[in-house]
Amino acid sequence: MKKTLNQKAWFMVLPVLLLVAFSAIIPLMTVVNYSVQDTFGNNEFFWVGLEWFEEILHSERMHDALSRQAMFTAIILLIEIPLGIFVALHMPKNKGFWSSLCLVLVALPLLIPWNVVGTIWQVFGRVDIGLLGHSLASLGIDYNYTQNSTAAWFTIIIMDVWHWTSLVVLLCYAGLQSIPDAYYQAAKIDQASRWNVFRHIQLPKIKGVLLIAILLRFMDSFMIYTEPFVLTGGGPGNATTFLSIDLVKMAIGQFDLGPAAAFSLMYFLGILLVSYVFYTLMVNSEGQGS
Amino acid sequence: MKINKSACVMVLYILFLMLPIYWLINMSFKTNQDILNSFSLWPNNFTFDNYIVIFTDPSWYKGYLNSITYVVMNTLISLAVALPAAYAFSRYSFMGDKHLFFWLLSNRMAPPAVFALPFFQLYSSVGLFDTHIAVALAHTLFNVPLAVWILEGFMRGVPKEIDETAYIDGYGFFGFFRKIFMPLIASGIGVAAFFCFMFSWVELLLSRTLTSVDAKSIAATMTRTASASGLDWGLLAAAGVLTIIPGALVIYFVRNHIAKGFALGRV
Repeated sequence: MKKTLNQKAWFMVLPVLLLVAFSAIIPLMTVVNYSVQDTFGNNEFFWVGLEWFEEILHSERMHDALSRQAMFTAIILLIEIPLGIFVALHMPKNKGFWSSLCLVLVALPLLIPWNVVGTIWQVFGRVDIGLLGHSLASLGIDYNYTQNSTAAWFTIIIMDVWHWTSLVVLLCYAGLQSIPDAYYQAAKIDQASRWNVFRHIQLPKIKGVLLIAILLRFMDSFMIYTEPFVLTGGGPGNATTFLSIDLVKMAIGQFDLGPAAAFSLMYFLGILLVSYVFYTLMVNSEGQGS
Repeated sequence: MKINKSACVMVLYILFLMLPIYWLINMSFKTNQDILNSFSLWPNNFTFDNYIVIFTDPSWYKGYLNSITYVVMNTLISLAVALPAAYAFSRYSFMGDKHLFFWLLSNRMAPPAVFALPFFQLYSSVGLFDTHIAVALAHTLFNVPLAVWILEGFMRGVPKEIDETAYIDGYGFFGFFRKIFMPLIASGIGVAAFFCFMFSWVELLLSRTLTSVDAKSIAATMTRTASASGLDWGLLAAAGVLTIIPGALVIYFVRNHIAKGFALGRV
């Protein structure tokens, strides 16, 4: 659609701008402020320049948290995206009671408060009272997510898959719904194989929503805080201390405002950079599609 | 054969989703001794005690009321500011519109952990700490961009000729917006409200940081129980089950719009 040039449209955007400025820019400036200053308490601050940034960039702790975070995000993306597409392909297509029921049940994990998700899996994975932990233990597997870091990783990953695969499913399902029946009939006439139908008809059609799914899952898994916080508290040791958990520990637990602020800014900018690349890709592919 | 395979996949996936939830429900109907001493797939001594505690103890049920209050406030605020903005983005081009749009979206990408402490200081300094409006405003950080994004997608689907016809018919801007435009994008508004509700309802970190007593959210109440009173599993499970219910209700009402909303709204 051709848009009219109208500078007065700014007035319609103004409420959003003011609101977001209040809830984003002011806090962000506070962070910037902390990141270049040091304090000995009593509200006395003095300028330290980029010292905190250097310290964070060279700190072992950050490198570890970052590599754990990157590994976590990579693993869950590798599981959730293919699994989500796979399940979406098997969702009931016609409208009716069953497809409504499937939709509601599939969407359910998305609507559960994140700390409750943590609680659910905390209980579910316990050897003494949880179904998962109990079953694994009775199979003779040494499984204890509070002490064994492999078990902790396993639990966190399966929890995230449980929690968020549905988002990918719903997005892909929406994309698949928009394919007209005629496409499938044409494929049938050409005797296209299942794989070819997927590769040449379904995949191109869901490419747009798939990119959104990857973007959302990337952002959200990079910011994950509540679920591992409730489930393992970042332990055992530091095995599941991801970036957000480490940041909150640093800022609110130890009150190291300077380093925490510097860390925050780099964290935010990192996510922003990757997201910008994705967003550009997305807008471009949208432009080609329509 | 093909139908059976699809059904199998769906049944397996839904089973995987439902098992942990079933386990929580199962536990919520057990007494604490039962949970710890006997391992059973269903409650042996069926009890409503855990739910009774929650519905009679103000520190519990107030948590729910507080959560619902700030979630509803947040949804209303988000929609109220997002509607005109989305209209502007979908209809007009103006100076810096594309940058503004991405900047708005970028707020959705800010880790809440980054904002926890500054929010705490900001709201304390303006005297809003521990009020519902503080949490509602804080959650607009990620909900407003999302609402603008979704609504813009829906509004783009409405042909501009409708606007022009309405103006020729003598509608003013507000009359047109309320009587003609809003009904046309009703499902978009529904979907946007759904997502605002959802993200505000599930968030813990900010709502916990910004409240202490008067506006304490149910999520914060639950984490307190988990750490303080030596883990009352049955009670915790019952509280968890009750937090799932509003979400399930909301999904049920928007179920037919979800798929469409995801596609059109590009969420």
